[in-house]
Amino acid sequence: MTTTEAPPEERVFGQRLLRKEDPELLTGEARFVADVDVHGALYIALVRSTLAHARIVSIDVGPALEVPGVTAVFTGADLEQEWAGPLPCAWPVTEDMKAPTHLPLAVGKVCYTGDAVAVVVAESEYQARDGAEAVVVEYEPLPPVVDLGDAVSDRVVIHEDLGTNKSYTWELSPDAEAVDRAFAEATHRVHGHYIQQRLIPAAMEPRGVVVIPQPFGGEYTVISATQIPHILKVMLALTSGISETSIRVIAPAVGGGFGSKLDVYAEELLSLVLARRLKRPIRWIETRSEGTQATIQGRGQIQDIELAADADGRITAIRVKLLADMGAYLQLVTPGVPLLGAFLYAGVYDVPAYSFSCTSVFTNLTPTDAYRGAGRPEATYAIERAIDQLALEVGVDPAEIRRRNYIKPDQFPYNSVAGLVYDSGNYVGSLEKALDLSGYGELRKEQERRREQNDPVQLGIGLSTYMEMCGLAPSRVLASLRYVAGGWEAATVRLLPTGKVQVVTGTSPHGQGHETSWSQIAADRLGVSPDDVEVLHGDTAVSPYGLDSYGSRSLAVGGVAVAIATDRVIEKARQIAAHQLEAAEEDLEFTAGTFRVKGSPEKSMPLGAVAFEAFTAHNLPDGMEPNLEASSHFDPPNFTFPFGTHVCVVEIDTETGGVRLRGYTAVDDCGNQVNPLIVEGQVHGGVVQGVAQALFEEASYDSQGNLLTSTLVDYLVPAASEFPSLTTGTTVTPSPTNLLGVKGVGEAGTIGAAPAVINAVCDALSPYGIHDIDMPATPERVWTAIQEAAR
Amino acid sequence: MIPAKFDYARASSVEEAVRLLSSEEDSKALAGGHSLLPLMRLRIAAPTLLVDIGRIKGLSGVRDKGDAVGIGALTRHADVASDATVGREAPLLAKVASQIGDPQVRHRGTFGGSIAHGDPASDLPAACLALGASFVAVGPEGERVIPADDFFQGFLTTSLEANEVLTEILVPKAAGARWSFQKFNRRAQDWAIVGCAVVQNGLTRIGLVNMEAAPVRAKGAEEALADGASAGEAAGHASDGLEPPSDLNASSEFRRHLASVLVRRGLEEAGKS
Ligand SMILES: Cc1cc2nc3c(=O)[nH]c(=O)nc-3n(C[C@H](O)[C@H](O)[C@H](O)COP(=O)(O)OP(=O)(O)OC[C@H]3O[C@@H](n4cnc5c(N)ncnc54)[C@H](O)[C@@H]3O)c2cc1C
Repeated sequence: MTTTEAPPEERVFGQRLLRKEDPELLTGEARFVADVDVHGALYIALVRSTLAHARIVSIDVGPALEVPGVTAVFTGADLEQEWAGPLPCAWPVTEDMKAPTHLPLAVGKVCYTGDAVAVVVAESEYQARDGAEAVVVEYEPLPPVVDLGDAVSDRVVIHEDLGTNKSYTWELSPDAEAVDRAFAEATHRVHGHYIQQRLIPAAMEPRGVVVIPQPFGGEYTVISATQIPHILKVMLALTSGISETSIRVIAPAVGGGFGSKLDVYAEELLSLVLARRLKRPIRWIETRSEGTQATIQGRGQIQDIELAADADGRITAIRVKLLADMGAYLQLVTPGVPLLGAFLYAGVYDVPAYSFSCTSVFTNLTPTDAYRGAGRPEATYAIERAIDQLALEVGVDPAEIRRRNYIKPDQFPYNSVAGLVYDSGNYVGSLEKALDLSGYGELRKEQERRREQNDPVQLGIGLSTYMEMCGLAPSRVLASLRYVAGGWEAATVRLLPTGKVQVVTGTSPHGQGHETSWSQIAADRLGVSPDDVEVLHGDTAVSPYGLDSYGSRSLAVGGVAVAIATDRVIEKARQIAAHQLEAAEEDLEFTAGTFRVKGSPEKSMPLGAVAFEAFTAHNLPDGMEPNLEASSHFDPPNFTFPFGTHVCVVEIDTETGGVRLRGYTAVDDCGNQVNPLIVEGQVHGGVVQGVAQALFEEASYDSQGNLLTSTLVDYLVPAASEFPSLTTGTTVTPSPTNLLGVKGVGEAGTIGAAPAVINAVCDALSPYGIHDIDMPATPERVWTAIQEAAR
Repeated sequence: MIPAKFDYARASSVEEAVRLLSSEEDSKALAGGHSLLPLMRLRIAAPTLLVDIGRIKGLSGVRDKGDAVGIGALTRHADVASDATVGREAPLLAKVASQIGDPQVRHRGTFGGSIAHGDPASDLPAACLALGASFVAVGPEGERVIPADDFFQGFLTTSLEANEVLTEILVPKAAGARWSFQKFNRRAQDWAIVGCAVVQNGLTRIGLVNMEAAPVRAKGAEEALADGASAGEAAGHASDGLEPPSDLNASSEFRRHLASVLVRRGLEEAGKS
């Protein structure tokens, strides 16, 4: 596959258009859940467990009922009859996977601090919170399980009915003997042991939900800060017993999710069943400190990766063992997260033998689930850290060890050892461009100088070359992974009588700019201005079916569906135009939004006129249905495989252990770019999130399972001041598996960044004999490592 | 989170504020609210009456008082950072104020609030200790002046009475003094993990941030310097006699180490100024 240039300027596809969404967001006009004012609403507040593991002895709701404004209080036992099913987990990854019953309000025992035990309903938010403070819960404490090793030992079994803390073991080992043989014959072997700390997603907008019942119409409108209105609707129906036809879910403006809103939460279910029971609108808006405990967390894995390599450092086999932290319960796709990484531990390298095994366990901590990258950042971290260790072992530059191992551009489509077919790639091209942009050679020289001068501030340069699987996902592949839904996406394109265009999408943007990009896709094909295209989304009454936004799927699946539906509209328009112009269809050409008869350009009909004809239906070809509208349900034939190379430069103050990011270069290839400005924005945000894991963020717990980082003062989300200006570059290697040649870029930055940063930190510290450091690389960790190395 | 229930009253004069503060046991003055409100939202503090002093006239701004600079208690950090008199007569304070939190914090938080709160992690108390500042307080019995050295008593406790209002910070002019401020944190917007303010005006005074339960001076280092120690040697005594806190950002031990590095750097930088 060759590297091609971006599409030419005159096309709308590929233009750096400003985002349509921004004026509303920047002026505060956009309406988020918390802005939805519902007359007569009741507010709820949850009483949450203050212990990680305990039996509920008693709950005294009496004092809460005396708080002014409190109208009702319910415990788990009070609501047990309301549920037609437990909180859903849609990904039973093995036939014998163990899944605890997870109810919106705990009954009998609590399994993490934050587990809800009762719900207080009041006339105002303040009164509801005061009521929740007043509920008295008596607990019998049980020993908490907060450590993964402890969890595996089954010393204390959290869910007694399951008999073990192990949820499942999942293996991918196409040829175990080949792996053993390769290790036996290897010249070099390296072993990496890495901890993927838990992360708090910290979307700018916390969660929230409003449910408006229509007691007589029987319909419930659920307005939720969610990434998945369509999936939520089905799940709400299944868990509440309310008919799917009576639930409408709206995702209004949603302020980021990163996976944390790709879930079905207790508060959504409680609001729905309380609206049913009390026949009043119900409202709940999460507080930040509540969100740190009761919204899913990301990562939480312990990784062991071994590489076998020949004398030149060519990798001959990879063996991976994971221990994954599910937390207290399984949320929507919790068990599947390690599987999303399982296929990627060989990364961008041509590796002949591979085996992977993951054991997942329950702990008395907040449930984990998909968080930006979901499994893929973890996999990339492991291989990209391990290959740096291999470079050390072999004695070559980190860039060189990568060159020796890359899958070559002429090997695509490439059948990976894990069973995937990589669509296209040019890894070495991306590396060379990133080295060039970052001034790699000069940096190495500066590093040498600082080392020679014993400068207290040392320089570190870190590389990572990543590849990810995006565009979730071919439905048949999902079936083989035991995911309970498909991976297709829906789009409808409709021309209105005035010639304006409506695009209805099943994706559910929450910051990504789909309104802009989808407009560009449709406008580009229709020959109209993107300003004339309206994109409707996020409301199950508007787009009856779709599979929402996560897993860098929206463009590569949903965007392609928009393109296909648009082309269907054009085909129908061509028939109408041919009829009206009294020409044969094949004699028409369609350029710049107008049909023309080839050879007689005066015979023409603009698309708007065709739309009006289709609308009036006064003069259509015999048998043709009126109106100009078409739909597509696109099920992708394969994943897409974006890739890139990141170069991170850090300065380490060896006296304080402080790590300063001095420069960061990201060269990303997401195939054809619909809007390079949006691509850049995604890369920037993604890189910042990856750097955050490497240097700043960690959900810290004490030995009793209490969250120590429950506010944004303690949980360090970095801000602009912590970053230099990022240097971004792109290469364009279109995906051959879809009409648009696109791949997806929502998670790329996060996937590439963490290993680049830690590789840089280790590179700076390598003269001290330090070759590994846990994330986040805090000043104290760095300083302590230096002290210990000196001993 | 959402704070517990409280009453609110706005005072239009210092006298009225003192009267209101005396009227209820669990009353608290409210200035910029950037220390008090976070505690209330976490329900760590639950005063029953908030006395808003924010609009009392005459409590903000910088005055030249001859041998001292007078800074009104309600002066915002951003105004301290950009004030010409402060820049000339007490440039250390301008530097310190310019690094507090983020722009929002600097435009809401007040100098007086920072002092009255007595948070060991705050920067201005350490600077005031190093500068030998004193604080003017008004209570039912009238006005008194408290030297910084006698003011900070323990964790979030000061010698200010519950019904006293801090009205002014008096900073001795030190135009020729050498000084340095060192702040070590992980994000620019954060409190210091450890910080130090150094002022050399014949004698050397060093205020430390986050090295004890209360804002303190680095007496060990100051004494070593007075005895003729080098910057490096003196810095080694920066945490003598202190018990630095231990938290997620740094263990007590690491704080001791950081204090020695920062005090050394502070002394070296002051030496060059
Ligand atoms: C995100 C964030 C970051 C911050 N970072 C820093 C930092 O890096 N460095 C730093 O030093 N500070 C920092 N702060 C604290 C900030 O400087 C506070 O504003 C300041 O410490 C308190 O001032 P205030 O006016 O907000 O006081 P308030 O919150 O209004 O009051 C604080 C306390 O002082 C009392 N009080 C206030 N004024 C008076 C008065 N005149 N007389 C008597 N009692 C009074 C109140 O009753 C209360 O007990 C930060 C704050 C936030 C929210």
